Amino acid sequence: MSSDAIAIRTADASSEPWLETLHGWVTTVDHKRLGILYIVYALLFLVIGGIEATIIRIQLIFPHMSFVSPQVFNRLFTMHGTTMIFFVAMPILFGFANYFVPLMIGARDMAFPRLNAFSFWLTAFGGLLLYFSLVGGSGLYGAGSAPDVGWWAYAPLTSRAFSPGHSSDYWTISLLVSGFGSIGTAINLIATILSLRCPGMTLGRMPLFAWMNMVMSGMVLIALTPLSAAQIMLMVDRYLGGHFFDTQAGGSAAIWMHFFWIFGHPEVYILIIPCFAFVSEIVPVFSRKPIFGYPVMVGATVCIGFVSMSVWAHHMFTIGMNSYANSFFTITTMAVGVPTGIKIFNWLGTMWGGKLIFKTPMLFCVGFLFQFLIAGLTGIMLGAAPFDWQLGNSYFVVAHFHYVIVGGILFALFGAFYYWFPKITGRMMSESLGKLHFWLFLIGFHLTFDSMHIPGILGMPRRIYTYEPGRGWELWNLLCTIGTFVQGIAILIFVANLVISYFKGAKAGNDPWDAWTLEWSVSSPPPSYNFAVIPAVASRRPLWDCKHPEDTDSRYE
Amino acid sequence: MVSENAKRRTPRERDLSRLAGVVALLVGILLAAGLCAARPSSDHPVPNIFQPQSTPADSIDHLSRFVLSITGLIFLVVFTLLVYAVAKFRSKATDDTREPAQVYGSTQIELAWTIIPILIVVVLFAATARVIHGIQDAPKPPTAVEVTAIGHQFWWEFRYPGLGVVTANELHIPVSDPAHPTPTFLKLLSADTDHSFWIPQLAGKTDLIPNRVNEMWMDPHSTGIYIGQCAQYCGTQHAKMLLRVSVDSPADFQTWASSQKQPANQDEKEIAGRHVFENTACVNCHAVGGIGATGRFGPDLTHLMSRQTIASGAADNTHENLRLWIQNPDAIKPGSLMPAMQLGDADLDALVRYLETLR
Repeated sequence: MSSDAIAIRTADASSEPWLETLHGWVTTVDHKRLGILYIVYALLFLVIGGIEATIIRIQLIFPHMSFVSPQVFNRLFTMHGTTMIFFVAMPILFGFANYFVPLMIGARDMAFPRLNAFSFWLTAFGGLLLYFSLVGGSGLYGAGSAPDVGWWAYAPLTSRAFSPGHSSDYWTISLLVSGFGSIGTAINLIATILSLRCPGMTLGRMPLFAWMNMVMSGMVLIALTPLSAAQIMLMVDRYLGGHFFDTQAGGSAAIWMHFFWIFGHPEVYILIIPCFAFVSEIVPVFSRKPIFGYPVMVGATVCIGFVSMSVWAHHMFTIGMNSYANSFFTITTMAVGVPTGIKIFNWLGTMWGGKLIFKTPMLFCVGFLFQFLIAGLTGIMLGAAPFDWQLGNSYFVVAHFHYVIVGGILFALFGAFYYWFPKITGRMMSESLGKLHFWLFLIGFHLTFDSMHIPGILGMPRRIYTYEPGRGWELWNLLCTIGTFVQGIAILIFVANLVISYFKGAKAGNDPWDAWTLEWSVSSPPPSYNFAVIPAVASRRPLWDCKHPEDTDSRYE
Repeated sequence: MVSENAKRRTPRERDLSRLAGVVALLVGILLAAGLCAARPSSDHPVPNIFQPQSTPADSIDHLSRFVLSITGLIFLVVFTLLVYAVAKFRSKATDDTREPAQVYGSTQIELAWTIIPILIVVVLFAATARVIHGIQDAPKPPTAVEVTAIGHQFWWEFRYPGLGVVTANELHIPVSDPAHPTPTFLKLLSADTDHSFWIPQLAGKTDLIPNRVNEMWMDPHSTGIYIGQCAQYCGTQHAKMLLRVSVDSPADFQTWASSQKQPANQDEKEIAGRHVFENTACVNCHAVGGIGATGRFGPDLTHLMSRQTIASGAADNTHENLRLWIQNPDAIKPGSLMPAMQLGDADLDALVRYLETLR
């Protein structure tokens, strides 16, 4: 293995026979190739999940539409949610972590390269299994199907009485398999960050990107295990006569909710913390200043990691917990807003007094700040238990978490694409297409998700395939759907930009953004061994020190 | 950096005008929302959470407005700072190539923006906990009306243990006069999957979970029809598990309850339809008081014609809809558990005529 991994590949892959190239990609243990595999895999699922969302929105454009049947609609929102969380957001974030954590900490690969490959292929197999349910779902009857129990799969809807056939089994096994993949990657990231940092890179000098991905990995270990346990219990219920969640035999539906949400809420932070990592790298570079309050940022991240483990039951305010439990989860939920707020202020502090350069990555980060602020504030509203008794499970919640996931996570991810694409491919992405993508996506996003809050306030519950006219919901649903198409066009422009720039983009050079972390010290794309000589660092911004020997960071830290 | 700085002026203005356009759009949406929310209505067709008509919904409304104003204030402050930073610290063509002052942080500022949010959280929590306690731990007065609501795929069963009444989908409760409160206390159960009871103008939602007893209450201040629907995904026809609450004056409520207590109309005029009902699978699922039909799987039909809708609110209770519903339920509510009855036209017409006597 070792000779193969270290062998320096020729830069021009097209000269190899295609079978060799394919074999190289399938058997690779190189963290950069695996990172790209994760990202490309997630982008494919992003398109699938996006198409599902579009069909959902077409069905809801007017009351009493019959574009799809209720059965198909229920499958669509289940598959949309499951796909976007487990097979888009997590893999794409793991992809960036895989690619850049070793480069940023001056390592030649991840700590366990083969575990890394194994984890990726587990996740990939999980996604394929989920979609195989489309042809294999109903088993005996032979008719195609797909899971239709919602992405939380609340008991007892998943029991065999209510979910015959195998569609729920595909859902369960697919999440179990990809969950093990996620746990493998998390262990790998923690081991890499703790043991492979280059000389001089103490924990206090580590880029925030590495810090945040380490916190995220720790949370994956804690949060994914109860989910996997619950999936195993569900399979025991379905096939071995267990009664964990089988309410007809005395099982508890509420226990499933606890298992799911003790995964489900930390999951939100598992997704957003790597995005904090992107923003914490991009905002300083485009403000030409170091991150404001580095130790506080690290502390706030660790604090979010802990506090977010104690907020899960705010997803369950309506299940009839007593007033003390509801009060407890209210205060923990509001408390998690404090370290999150500190982060927003620190990013603002970083921009304050800088020289802001509004290239596309920075535009997306400013969009992220604006939308994440609103998402956080609607989160505080939903955290107040009585307010949640009204808004919970309504379209207001759908709007809130899409504000987090699209307005926050996806905006930060787009920023990351524009920022690191030159490093991964050696070519710049088009700025003009990028700006068009940004503005179009911003308009589409706000059209869809700003409007989506209102029907929730007017009593529209989520997960309904159609709705009655005359309740004041029509206009908002129409605007939502129009916005979806604007977003769709923006995504097409983004994909076009990726493809065109890959072939025709301007050469990037090593360091197109005049940045400060170690990945910009090597060629673009980096050689397979990353660093010919393992670097030694003396501060948080090693490249700043190189570029400004008269005024090094190491003097102040 | 110099070469990029040179052409920054025009894009800046262009960006700002685009930003102004987006902001104008947002403001427009918000204004329209305000207008929409402010539209007055007598029979409450819009289940707006900001038009409460009952004490729990009212106290949630007050809390919501408080939380909204605090979060709105936070938004204004941070948004202003963000816009100021974006406008003020944008690098300009006239700038030299020097990097700005490298500032690493400030303990005082960090402390300030840690402590202020903590104080805000304490205030918000105190206000919230008070409302949680006020709603959840409210004592049940002896004058309260007790109702057991049972969620089914995809309809609502309502039982009034104190009155001996059983009905479905359309809940009748008395208006509650603050001087002589007659609040309604609901005991929430489920026969199959999770459901959630939500009438936005009367109270927040509470789930109906199998193997679990939940409770909620409401004391409507004014009469009329209030709209809601199941708010927890419960299966294929979750969307058409609609809910109507008729808030009656005390006299109307008494009249309604005493008429609901009567057995079904025993008029012999439609005996043929009654025979169809008794001799097909209808009786396996539906109860009709007084004729030996005791099915529990579907709604009680004893006083079917006293209801305004059928199929849990999916259709108006008209002759045509009733006929269609029996003939082909999927035409109204695809995926509902009511089977198509496969009756001949003569039987079907007789059956519908019989059902229409169940007043």
